[in-house]
Amino acid sequence: MPQPLNYLKETASQTAGPYVHIGLIPAMAGFDIFEKNFSNVLVTPNTKGERITLEGKVLDGTGTPLRDVLLEIWQANAAGRYNHPADRSAGALDDEFRGWGRAGSDFDSGLVTFETIKPGAITDRTGRKCAPHVNVWIVARGINIGLNTRLYFSDEEAANAADPVLNLIEQPIRRKTLIATRSERAGKVVYAFTINLQGPEETVFFDV
Amino acid sequence: MNAQAPALRDPRLNRPEPLTPPLGDGGFFQRDRAIHPPAHAPGYKSSVLRSPRQSLLSLENSISEITGPVFGHNDLGPLDNDLIRNYAKDGDPIGERIVVHGRVLDETGRGVPNTLVEFWQANAGGRYRHRKDTYLAPIDPNFGGCGRALTDDTGYYYFRTVKPGPYPWRNYVNSWRPAHIHFSVFGSGFAQRLITQMYFEGDPLIPVCPILTTIPDKDALDRLVAPLDLNASTPFDSLAYRFDIVLRGQRSTYFENRTAGN
Repeated sequence: MPQPLNYLKETASQTAGPYVHIGLIPAMAGFDIFEKNFSNVLVTPNTKGERITLEGKVLDGTGTPLRDVLLEIWQANAAGRYNHPADRSAGALDDEFRGWGRAGSDFDSGLVTFETIKPGAITDRTGRKCAPHVNVWIVARGINIGLNTRLYFSDEEAANAADPVLNLIEQPIRRKTLIATRSERAGKVVYAFTINLQGPEETVFFDV
Repeated sequence: MNAQAPALRDPRLNRPEPLTPPLGDGGFFQRDRAIHPPAHAPGYKSSVLRSPRQSLLSLENSISEITGPVFGHNDLGPLDNDLIRNYAKDGDPIGERIVVHGRVLDETGRGVPNTLVEFWQANAGGRYRHRKDTYLAPIDPNFGGCGRALTDDTGYYYFRTVKPGPYPWRNYVNSWRPAHIHFSVFGSGFAQRLITQMYFEGDPLIPVCPILTTIPDKDALDRLVAPLDLNASTPFDSLAYRFDIVLRGQRSTYFENRTAGN
């Protein structure tokens, strides 16, 4: 018998359920409890970078928007640096930007929005340049384990074409499922996205 | 012959960089999907239309996955881990008073320090304080049903609450959830992000729950069941349950971790 290899096993995931708002966004559940709350607004007035709105829906296998889904995003700042000690790249940290937010979808329309800044290009640990992107994590009733995907930006065509992760996707047509589309509305920059859980346009989800 | 030998050597063999430790690159252990519920689990009907059908694309951990949000005590309020008091209006909530405590560990057995743990639950009658919950059991005016804590330097957390009740839900006509508390945990990198549910030792609804039984591995299911912990109970006040949570192992030595400020 060899020595036992005594690693622990990860705790199993369970669905966040329909009432995820109680714990993570209590105001959406309909009550006020914490002094300080997390939200879908990642910026302060002093955050550096181009203000953008991320706006989209998550669709089920029939094309119907999920109205009880919760998204979290994690992103680098405008200089391409994550606000985390493991990121030792050259870009300057921004004390006014944690880089993380969460949002519940609207109970009627299913719309999800984030107010953030456009991240800079990221230098990976191996020195590779990666196209600007936002990391997305999705939980809801019926989702047994959180889904990981990314959002890239439609106006970054050259960077996207060279991005090592987008290029891992075998079918070019599926890369498009990760591209948020830029437009301007009333002077604000909006990037629109659709996350399809199933179907011919199923979004690329990652096993990270 | 002797003079030629060095020329045949691969020049990379003489590179000055020292060998890095095998677990030192900061990435996470590959997730063992066999211990998690599959995305498509027909016994839990809501999963059918909400489960991806394509293969997940496996991604080596990049800086985007090994980093994640950092939280501190400034994010929390003083009553956030006391569900008996954090929504009390004119008295204590109804129900069995309990303390839930444990450690957040990674698969190497190290505690995950200073990480955010959030929890939410139904009240003692099985009713959620949520605009979409219409179960006939009453709302408790003194119970909100959510809280949060930051683990200490060893990964330890604790909170006080009342034991949640079971409740019916629409899956089969007569489906009931065992009593449970939802947990949300961050870890040090976004790839460790996890939501799960804690169940209570001895609950007869556990083996018949369509959500719990989506987990294909019996041991993994058992690890979601918190044992009664009489050693941690407060005499004449509260029982205690112990619930350790294991996040994916990190390929990084403890001291490197500390240097990085994790």
